[in-house]
Amino acid sequence: MPDSQRHDETDVILAATGGMPALDTEMDVDAETEIEMAATKKLGIMGWLAIGWLALILVMAIIPGIFPFGELGERDIEALRNDEGVSIAHPFGFDSRGSDLATRVIYGCRASVIVSVGSILFGLVIGGILGLMSGYFRGRLDSVIVNVFNVMLAIPALVLALTLATVFASGDNVSYTRRLVVVTLAIGIVSVPILGRITRASTLTWSEREFVIAAKAMGARSHRIIIREVLPNVLPAMFSITLLGMAIAIITEGGLAVIGVGIPAELNTPSWGNLIATGRSQMLLGAPNQIVGPALFIFFTVLSLNYLGDVVRARFDVRESVL
Amino acid sequence: MAGSGKAHLSDNADEVLLRVENLTMHFPASGGKVVHAVTDISFDVRKGETLGLVGESGCGKSTTGKAILQMPPPTSGSVVFDGTDLTTLKKSQLREQRTQLQMIFQDPISSINPRKRIIDVVADPLRVWNRTENEETVVADALEAVGLEPELSKPKKRHEFSGGQCQRICIARALVLNPKLIICDEPVSALDVSVQAQILNILEDLKQQFGLTLVFIAHDLAVVKNVSDRVAVMYLGKMCEVADPDDLYHHPAHPYTNALLSAIPIPDPAAEQRENLGLSGELPSPMNPPSGCRFRTRCPRAEDRCAAEEPQMREIGDQHFVACHFPLVDMGPAETPVDVAVD
Amino acid sequence: MAKRTIRRIEAAPDADTSQPLLAVEDVRTSFNTAAGRVKAVDGVSFTLERGKTLGIVGESGSGKSVLSRSLLGLLPGRNVEKTGSVKLEGKELIGLSEEALREHWGIDMAMVFQDPMTSLNPVTKIGKQITESLRFHLHMPKDEAKETALALLQSVGIPSPAQRLKEYPHQLSGGMRQRIVIAIALACGPKLLFADEPTTALDVTVQAQILDLLQNLQEERFMSVVLVTHDLGVVAGRAHDIAVMYGGRLVEKAPTKQLFAEMKHPYTEALLESIPKLNHASHTRLAVIPGRPPNLIHPPAGCNFAPRCNYAQDRCLVEEPALTADTPGHEFACFFPVGSDEGRQALAANVAAGKSAAGTPVSLPARAHT
Repeated sequence: MPDSQRHDETDVILAATGGMPALDTEMDVDAETEIEMAATKKLGIMGWLAIGWLALILVMAIIPGIFPFGELGERDIEALRNDEGVSIAHPFGFDSRGSDLATRVIYGCRASVIVSVGSILFGLVIGGILGLMSGYFRGRLDSVIVNVFNVMLAIPALVLALTLATVFASGDNVSYTRRLVVVTLAIGIVSVPILGRITRASTLTWSEREFVIAAKAMGARSHRIIIREVLPNVLPAMFSITLLGMAIAIITEGGLAVIGVGIPAELNTPSWGNLIATGRSQMLLGAPNQIVGPALFIFFTVLSLNYLGDVVRARFDVRESVL
Repeated sequence: MAGSGKAHLSDNADEVLLRVENLTMHFPASGGKVVHAVTDISFDVRKGETLGLVGESGCGKSTTGKAILQMPPPTSGSVVFDGTDLTTLKKSQLREQRTQLQMIFQDPISSINPRKRIIDVVADPLRVWNRTENEETVVADALEAVGLEPELSKPKKRHEFSGGQCQRICIARALVLNPKLIICDEPVSALDVSVQAQILNILEDLKQQFGLTLVFIAHDLAVVKNVSDRVAVMYLGKMCEVADPDDLYHHPAHPYTNALLSAIPIPDPAAEQRENLGLSGELPSPMNPPSGCRFRTRCPRAEDRCAAEEPQMREIGDQHFVACHFPLVDMGPAETPVDVAVD
Repeated sequence: MAKRTIRRIEAAPDADTSQPLLAVEDVRTSFNTAAGRVKAVDGVSFTLERGKTLGIVGESGSGKSVLSRSLLGLLPGRNVEKTGSVKLEGKELIGLSEEALREHWGIDMAMVFQDPMTSLNPVTKIGKQITESLRFHLHMPKDEAKETALALLQSVGIPSPAQRLKEYPHQLSGGMRQRIVIAIALACGPKLLFADEPTTALDVTVQAQILDLLQNLQEERFMSVVLVTHDLGVVAGRAHDIAVMYGGRLVEKAPTKQLFAEMKHPYTEALLESIPKLNHASHTRLAVIPGRPPNLIHPPAGCNFAPRCNYAQDRCLVEEPALTADTPGHEFACFFPVGSDEGRQALAANVAAGKSAAGTPVSLPARAHT
């Protein structure tokens, strides 16, 4: 059954024509041509806002110093004593040590970006390769990989992070970098089976398409077929999951920080997660403003990633179930 | 269980391009069962001819086509192509043979990678085999041969073409390596009626132009009859009858062929319709095919012998072979073959 | 060799034969898509008497499937525009809400679709699927519904019906499933049955059985059938009248024998000539219809078929031919119909010029049909 990528409009016509691919081949492709032309739609205001926000986060991660809210590590004891709250110069107020929270949140972007991008990239490469091989070759290799995925899926991120942190990053003299790597790796390992399964599902579908069989029939080797025929068609599915995965990675980082295995909340190592963690205890003492900053940033970032992930998914009509 | 016999195979090795003997394709199914898709069939394809393989669902014709290409390799049997038995080849040797054996599939749209440009699609076989000198010319010639304007078509992608045009592109792709044999697996079934005619005409023209040999697999007997030099009728994994198409139509010998012909509606209310013999019963499961002649459970002429002994192919007319104990052409009872194995 | 004929159906004593069962007038259905308005059905009119079969023949893009769904009111609501009139026994159907239409679905009219696997719910037992309709429309109690279901299965020729009631669709063959689909469609005794490519997904031997079944059921129940298909062979033996659709329009309509004996529209002729026929010799060159089906968003000015027609003249490129009938009952939309003087002259002119008025090279001269 011809199964080209469909969009809403084509669904209307297909529903009306009974979706009979075999006989409506001529009509389908004509309708598809129209749809392809129409699918280069504008992103819409929401889409551009999302992209804008993410771009801003990226800028903050790379050059946090350009923002005028103060230096990292600076402590304004005067402000503490005067119990200063939110103001224009300090939109998120101060934390219990007198550091400007806006600065800390902005500097925290770097950690969050590194963790989310790094972990998902890790998952994408390893999970993607495993998923591709599993979906294409099937048979025993597939069984083994699927079982590995199942085992990995059973491990909660938090337990894994705890274990890794204990083994590799315990003690007082652990560097920030090491802690960062441990967190990224923990989330990355957990994301491998998820990204792997999505890739495998997509690969299974595409490997059965007749153009793949045609490639085999003309004598192309497996690696050529996987890279040139299957992968370009699987990439859209993987890409949309990537964006969603990053959103989840950010939240997971927050969770890890709250239970104490994230990036330590030192003066020079803020991350959104540990800001919430430290802010949490202050909340009950009547200073809820401390979590507002990082929470808002997490909220908008996750929202933007989710929205774009959805846009990509709709554009390429990824039918696999999402996390 | 004895096979259907090889009476219909040619003795002249020079004229035969493909010789399939005792081909069996059995697939494991859940619960320890086995799907007997094709059991012990033999046939050959002569150089420059179009052999039509026709049958309804479950007859094994598509499986046979794929078996020739060793995709997957047969459970048993031999596939001798141009003197070489493909089933005995190592993976790398088999790969090399693939330049000579090409295939066209049922769904033309799905046979083309949606992300590739047409020039890349048609040039792909050349690139796989590093025959890229003159690539542009070879691709342009192939596209022209199938009736597509090369310069216009090359940069476009699949979605800009109709089903019929996609099938032409697939044919062009199959031609670039100058294969000796092209297997067409239901190439027109997914196309509109009026487009089918275009593709059938193209195949005929190309066959003349390039000296191709074709195996044409389809369920539509009218289409197969139109395009073939010889027709083989299959049922439930077995070969029933092999004959010249016109001969098959006018003098069907196998009861199944007759039933098939009588069921096909003719677009002419004034035409004489054959008496519809009405096949009784349902198609048996390929996991549990009937003993002896597999058609006996639905055959109006079946007798005890049909359950005990599998009929062998025998000649009943000029180049007309049938595997039946009681064929429709009156020629007396078949002799019992010496090597028959009774289960 | 027996001739297959369509038996004359005598009217059932209580049937209302004063007006046609179905009167379709100038139905137009279009879809609003991002690329424009797709005029899938562009002005179709016909009537259907009780007990008769109308065959609607067309290829992709002809609008035949959209038409049958339009008539039944089965199209999704958004982005669809439907105009015209569809009267079932005098009652207007266009404009009715889905709730009002539901009163007619199943009871007065029903539909059988192409693919029995997707028309049946794979996770519900057959028995439940049949009795569903009975209990909803006719408010039958459970036991009576079950008895009726058994009788229905028997009437469609299914062996061991009691066993089948408890089975799921995937346990049955394609032919059996289609019989069950027919049984479900006929459960409440509709007067009108739409069969949209009912046998295309089936083997040809099963096809003959299913078509025979439909014909028998139709005669027993004095039911009207609209048989939609792309296969001229199927309608040749089963329909009283045939309507040929092209590009959303009705291009020719005539009683079956008349159509084949004296086809008037060039498309009908071209269609017939492009099909490989069993009774012709092998390697017969097939006449090809050049070009592609029309773009339904921007249909060509004038006659839809002109860009591909062997007979096309200048007039065809600017003026849209209306349906006319010179012989009673035989309608066609063409200025230069096959077999007429104008047609012969037009074809001769084109053959001489090497191309039609639309610039299409004229392919093999069509066989003259007297």
